[in-house]
Amino acid sequence: MRAHGVAAAFLAPALVVLAVWIVYPTIRTIARSFFDREGSDFVGIDNYKALFTTDLLVTAIKNNAIWVGVVPALVTAIGLIFAVLTERVRWSVAFKTAVFMPMAISLLAAGVIWRLMYLQDPDQGAVNALLASAKGVVSPAGALSAAEPSTPALTGTPGRGLVLQRPLERGAVARLGLTAIPPAEVPGGAAQAVDPKPVEDGITGVVWRDFKPGGGTPGRVETQELGLPGVKVELRDPGGQSVASTTTGADGTFAFEDVEEGQYRAAIGPSTFAKPFGGVSWLGARLITPSVIIAYIWVWAGFAMVVIAAGLAAIPRDVLEAARTDGGTEWQVFRRVTVPLLAPVLSVVFITMLINVLKVFDIVIAVAPGSTQAEANVIALAMWRTSFGGVNDFGLGSAIAVFLFVLVLPVLLLNVRRFKREV
Amino acid sequence: MAAVEAQVHPPVVEEGVAARILRVVAKAPVHLVLVVVGLLWLAPTLGLFFTSLLSPADISADGWWQIFSKPSLSTFGSYRALFDNNAIMSSLLTTTYIAIGGTVLPIFIGALAGYAFAWLDFPGRDWLFIGVIALLVVPLQMALIPIFSLYNQTGLFDTVLGLVLFHTAFGLPFAIFLLRNFFIGIPKDILESARIDGASELRIFVRLILPLGVPAIASLAIFQFLWTWNDLLVALTYGRDTRPLTVAIFSQLSEFGSNVELIAPASFVSLVIPLTVFFAFQRYFVQGLLAGSVK
Repeated sequence: MRAHGVAAAFLAPALVVLAVWIVYPTIRTIARSFFDREGSDFVGIDNYKALFTTDLLVTAIKNNAIWVGVVPALVTAIGLIFAVLTERVRWSVAFKTAVFMPMAISLLAAGVIWRLMYLQDPDQGAVNALLASAKGVVSPAGALSAAEPSTPALTGTPGRGLVLQRPLERGAVARLGLTAIPPAEVPGGAAQAVDPKPVEDGITGVVWRDFKPGGGTPGRVETQELGLPGVKVELRDPGGQSVASTTTGADGTFAFEDVEEGQYRAAIGPSTFAKPFGGVSWLGARLITPSVIIAYIWVWAGFAMVVIAAGLAAIPRDVLEAARTDGGTEWQVFRRVTVPLLAPVLSVVFITMLINVLKVFDIVIAVAPGSTQAEANVIALAMWRTSFGGVNDFGLGSAIAVFLFVLVLPVLLLNVRRFKREV
Repeated sequence: MAAVEAQVHPPVVEEGVAARILRVVAKAPVHLVLVVVGLLWLAPTLGLFFTSLLSPADISADGWWQIFSKPSLSTFGSYRALFDNNAIMSSLLTTTYIAIGGTVLPIFIGALAGYAFAWLDFPGRDWLFIGVIALLVVPLQMALIPIFSLYNQTGLFDTVLGLVLFHTAFGLPFAIFLLRNFFIGIPKDILESARIDGASELRIFVRLILPLGVPAIASLAIFQFLWTWNDLLVALTYGRDTRPLTVAIFSQLSEFGSNVELIAPASFVSLVIPLTVFFAFQRYFVQGLLAGSVK
């Protein structure tokens, strides 16, 4: 009897805390979910109906389904790949530390970190800066992204290129005047435009900013008007085929020498007017959920890697050696021996991530700006916003919490079953 | 390539060097992939740090990577402003209180219960323990609303104690689970001989169990500390003027662009402490992780 008293004394603090802060609230929340927002009227399953019909909440459920479908599998796979790769190098500790580190920091800090990464301006956000430099190699921005013809003689649009309609023969001078170029867009090193002299066996010309402060005559090269250097000018035959191309100098002039007899047209191709890369809107309505998921994987991959690496270390070496001696390739050994032996560990990582993903909250509220939080919504966030974020509907909030609880219930039962066998 | 290089060496060494070069070359792709991925994983955190070192004017002029070409731009100006900011400093203090209370209390209560589950005999012990295990995965969302009403009635709303107690409750199932499993591994004769010597259970707990349980308690402490230090959800719900650092930073996020010179250093300060704890006790952290997930 005394022994039981001692046991009760040791257990009492824990049982009181668990009863007051977890067991009692759980029962209260289930009951509360059948009442209206004030808690005065019984409404039956109306809150649960609202859960599956309100657009905002349906979005949250759909998004959470995406999270569940993508994240546990991806995190487990990445963890497995990292664990297997690090087994082959001596400096694995350095790599593991780098990948595991985000586990220690708050999801809020991780959110701030990724907001910085995702800034849209390629001069600010690292992800878009990386994309911009990749795109700069494939299709670089043109010298001029904003320009219009200064006279009707030049036709076309910047998107398709501009063509001087007047046919040119040897000895002709092509004047390609452009306007609507803001001062900031004038290429560096631009000098006073020069009206070129005709040459006997070639075609000369000038591309210039046909705009004089205080007014001038369009189509004529005047003082205070700048040449546009770095513009690619094409010489086209009557069929529209480009036969030669050259680039303008500081004063905007260009020259095609040794041109054969015939009629040509001068044109500025669309590449000159290609807009610079403006950056992907990672935090916009369309991409917000994938963006948050990337940040979340960045945080959790280390967890999967460390747990799987421990499982990998526990596999007896001789089993793998035997498989290799039997003539298995590395891939076969991995596929047929390593992975099946790791299955229990992999499933633990997968289930842990499944629970985490069902409850995901902080990273979403931190990465998604207010403007796209509705699009990024997940169940836990919807529960909080409904209950405390201004709506203050405790009835509906309770129903969302119960829904979340029901989703993790299978894992709860799985845990209980496993330990019933053990004790 | 390897063969050509090997030919220069005398015949005896030839084989060894060739084999070694071959081995390194064969592994080169693995090394390359790991180096690239490792750097990719570090870059976001470094980006935050470099941003926090730039002046507001430099931040708006160009990305944080400008610091590579112009290291002289780095300044601790933002940090100086941060440490002069009374609201942020009091938030840092609040975070510290919550983290210490939210670590010590569940471990102490959990150790008492863990000992009872491991070594004391009482009716219904196994069923009660299974009940605790069932609580392991209950989402804390299930408690948010009733506890909100409870805290409003009892005056625990907006207090450090209220937050600490909430963290204690939701840290307890894991604490009890982990410590019970660890305590049960302590050799039985140590306990038996202490009991025969007439030591009380409390004495055994304080003098024997706690010192022997240090490895498990250490990994638990790290988990609880990181969890409570990093919490946003609970503090956002039950705090108004009681604002830990996470809530203080969160309240600035709506004006991300204009507040970066405050958000970046504050975030870095908030992550530098858990990171230090993590690096200092990495071994215990990993042990706890494995004890918690691989069974």
